[in-house]
Parts: sequence; C-alpha cells; structure tokens
Amino acid sequence: MSQGSVGIVKPKMMQFDEPIELQGRARIDSYQLAYESYGELNAERSNAILVCHALNASHHVAGIYADQTENVGWWDNLIGPGKPVDTERFFVLGVNNLGGCHGSTGPSSIDPRTGKQWGGDFPVVTVEDWVEVQARLASRLGIDQFAAVVGGSLGGMQALQWTIDQPERVRNALVIAAAPKLSAQNIAFNEVARTAITSDPEFHGGNYYEHDVVPRRGLRIARMIGHITYLSDDAMDAKFGRNLREDVLKFNFDIDFQIESYLRYQGDKFADTFDANTYLRITKALDYFDPAASYGGDLTAAMKNSKSDYLVVSFTSDWRFSPERSRELVKAMVENRLNVSYAEIEAPHGHDAFLMNDAIYHNLIRAYLERVST
Amino acid sequence: MSSSVTRGKRTSRRDFDTITGWIGHGAHVLDLGCGDGSLLRHLGQVRYATGYGIELDDHKVLASLKNGINVLQADLEAGLSGFENDSFDYVILSLTLQAVRHTERIVGEMLRVGREAIVTFPNFGYWRHRLQVMMGRVPVSRELPYQWYDTPNIHVLTIDDFEIFCAGHGMRVRERVVLNEAGDEIRILPNLLGALAVYRFDKWSA
Repeated sequence: MSQGSVGIVKPKMMQFDEPIELQGRARIDSYQLAYESYGELNAERSNAILVCHALNASHHVAGIYADQTENVGWWDNLIGPGKPVDTERFFVLGVNNLGGCHGSTGPSSIDPRTGKQWGGDFPVVTVEDWVEVQARLASRLGIDQFAAVVGGSLGGMQALQWTIDQPERVRNALVIAAAPKLSAQNIAFNEVARTAITSDPEFHGGNYYEHDVVPRRGLRIARMIGHITYLSDDAMDAKFGRNLREDVLKFNFDIDFQIESYLRYQGDKFADTFDANTYLRITKALDYFDPAASYGGDLTAAMKNSKSDYLVVSFTSDWRFSPERSRELVKAMVENRLNVSYAEIEAPHGHDAFLMNDAIYHNLIRAYLERVST
Repeated sequence: MSSSVTRGKRTSRRDFDTITGWIGHGAHVLDLGCGDGSLLRHLGQVRYATGYGIELDDHKVLASLKNGINVLQADLEAGLSGFENDSFDYVILSLTLQAVRHTERIVGEMLRVGREAIVTFPNFGYWRHRLQVMMGRVPVSRELPYQWYDTPNIHVLTIDDFEIFCAGHGMRVRERVVLNEAGDEIRILPNLLGALAVYRFDKWSA
C-alpha cells in the first residue's frame, strides 16, 4: 500500500472574540489559534480527525513547510496519504493549544488589556480548557462531530477529556501512552522542571520578554530531566551506553560521556525554540488533569456519559505513563460497557515509543481506523 | 508480548454452534483467549451479544481488531483483576483450558466475573487418543494436533476428569454437549466416543 507525505503544508490562524472563562476562573477575552489540516473535509463533514499534541509539540503534525523543508510534522510517520491515519479518507486537524508558543495565543502574546506581552500574567490553562477551545475551532470549521480524536501522552489525556466533556461530538478516541492522572512521581518530575525555570535569574517572574532575555539555563535543565523520563533505561543504554565523546576521561566537568553531550544538545535545541512560560503552564495542565476528581476519584463515574468507542495503547517500557495506568482507563471503559480495544506494545523506547514507527503499533491504529466510518 | 503460556489454537468452529445456542439475546460476554475474535463476532451478529475478548498474542489482537470486536491485550494467567464481580453474563474459555497453567485460579476468576462460565476442551479420553496411547504414542489428532515437543497443552484431561474437578470445586454443571470429530453430538459413552466437550456451569452457591 502506498504511504506518502501530505507534502507542503501551511499553518492557518483563526481569531476568536468570544471570551473564554477558564477552569481556574481567569478569563481571556479574545484569542487566536494556529492550526493545520490535511486531507479534505467531506460533504457531510463527518470524516474529521483531531490530533491533540503533547508537551512540546504543536499544530504542525504532518508534512513540511515550503521554506523549512527539514521541519517535518511531529507525527508525520503516522499521518498522510495511505498511512495509518489516512488523509485520503480523513480530514486531519492539528491545533496549537491555548497558552502555547507556536502561534496560538500564549504568554508571549500581547494582552489587549495592557498592550504588553502577557508574560507571567497569562493564566494557567487546563486540559478541559483546551478541549473547550478545540471544540470552538471545530464549530467554526463546521465540524459537529469528530470521527476520532487522537493523542499520545498529554494529547491522549485531551482525547479522553473530549469523550467526557463533548460526548455528542466524538465517535472514537485513540488514547495512547496516557494516564487517568499523574502520579506523585510524575508531578515531582514536573516540579523539578518548573523549579529549574523559575529559579533561573533570567526568569523575572515570567516577564523576561521585557528584559529581552530567556531563562535558557532553566529551560535546558527542564528539557534534560524531561528527556530522561521519556526514554527507558534500556533504550538509553543501547543508544549511548557509557560511550565517551572523546577517547579519554578528562577529569573536569566538561562533557565526558555521549549521553551528556546528547542531553546538552537537546536542552539547547529546546531552549532555542520553546517558551518557558508555556512549559510551566503545560506541565501544570498535566499535573491538574484528573477527570475522576470531581466524582470522588471514581473514573468509571466520570466516564458514565461517554458515547465514544476507544482504542487504548500503552508501551511496555514506558515508565512515565506505564501500561498499568492505561489499564485503569480500560477498566473504567469496560465498567461502562463502552466499546474499547486495548493493546500493550512491546517496545524498548520508553514513553517516546508512541512517536516511533513501530509496525505492530501502526498496524493496530490502521486496523482500528479502517473500522471507523466517515 | 512476552508469553508465559502459549494458548491452544482454536482449531475448529464446531463448538461455536453449541456455545451460540446457549448465549441469550443481547448477553454480555467475556471471551478468554479470543484468538482472531471470530466467536465474539459471530455472537455479536447472531445473538447481538456485547463484550470483550482477551488475547495475548500481537497478531491475534490485530486480527480481532480487524474482525471488528473489542479486544483487550492481556495475559489471562495474570487473572481478571480488571473486571468486577458478576460483570458478565457468560465468560467463555474455548479450547484453552488445557493450555493454561493456573487452571483452578482461572476457572475461579471466570465464575467471579461471570454469572456463568462456558468451557470447551479436547477430550483426552477419546477412543482414538486411547488407542494411540495403547500403541505407545502420545496422541496426535484433529483435536490435539501437536507433537509432544511443541504442544501448548500442558493439562490434558478427560470428560470424567473435568466432572470430578467440577464436583470438587463448587461448580454446578448446567449443560454439557459432547461432539465427535465430525461435530455431531455424542450421547452414549461420551468419555470414549467424544472428541470435544462443551460445558456450561456456574457456582453451586449461585
């Protein structure tokens, strides 16, 4: 079967002037959302798939930009003509979440009330807020109901929240490498990342834009710790082992091991492209996510109004969002007698496995979506 | 998936008709070791049954997904802790009983999460099997298609063995159908003439 790229894509922008009341009681009067779409929306507008992004990704899900051919969409291996998420059948939509730093309104945007950048005053946003905003974009695009909402990690949490908050507007949810809520250990990692950023002298309470600086040191450390948790011990060992960058130990604090070099490179790359205020808010959204909380911790009760069918996928070496956490999701779905299939993919890559090109994993998504009517 | 047990193959559909006949309209069913999902698909089409299949093997999980059923990838040897008590009308174990390691635990779990359990297994006491043992060989047949060195069947049992097991484990047999190799029902000397046994049972206390 043919597998191709969606080719050259262009981000689009949608302006919203209806205020949104956020879960944290803050209010944003107007905002814009950056999004991309691939494939054609059919006449019935029934073939739309929403792809929700995780921590450091964006609306650029597939394809390349004409002026940046090396900037390939973050889930391009899954989405395209003839690929498991087949853009010849489906209209695929990617949205940069509110509070992001890739075009949608976020902390680096101008606050119309002050005429200055929001900075540290940009409110904390939640997964529920994102679902509300995504639903508004869908309405603008004439999409009453998604054939599927798809996401990995934090994106999977959004897919799950869609089925809880908008049960009439989603027929299928693909919840991949996700969890019903973070564990104390997950929150702890996020707190280390946030502390790295907020304790950087160049953070300035989040108002670093007006000082024309970036809390690079904090961002680098945040990315380093994040990156460690997305990989498995085995994957890191296989890729780097104890290999030295040069042949001898240096007996100083420069780079000895290749893993150190790799982490520094990842940290630098991230600090060049990602906004620290956005990182703080996205990790908070992760920490706050707990749809069962308002049902006394009962996830089954939280999902009682869902009408969606589900595919839940986890990866054996993912210790950040382990298979046990996905099984909690499946249990709640089964107890509501919802249609759900669950796969536990044997993969060595840790949490990042959901982004990898694994044949068994991709065949499952392909087979599931072939069942989905358009 | 790493496998702690290789399941018995669902080598025939001869037990499907008997099982289908027992399943009520719209029943909620759990099929343990569901293979490619063809039984659940059939029950969905013919009986409007709902439910889930459990399967460990990657390729069978994919086949089940393609068959349109709900399949949950799990090792049933690890128990059914993801399911509440009495959450299914029937829990089915088709041609897998002889291949599971923790037989008592799995049968106990079936009766915990289901109101009734349905089990099918090849009868080791079938006359052709007995004949092969008398000839000094381990039986190989349509029902037991493996050689001694590659068989997943670690608990060979006869119909009489299973009835003794039921009596000793608080299980009440509600119905039993014994089939020959052609799939016809056997009524006389079932432990000798029957190739395949199909049982429906529940808890004595129920």
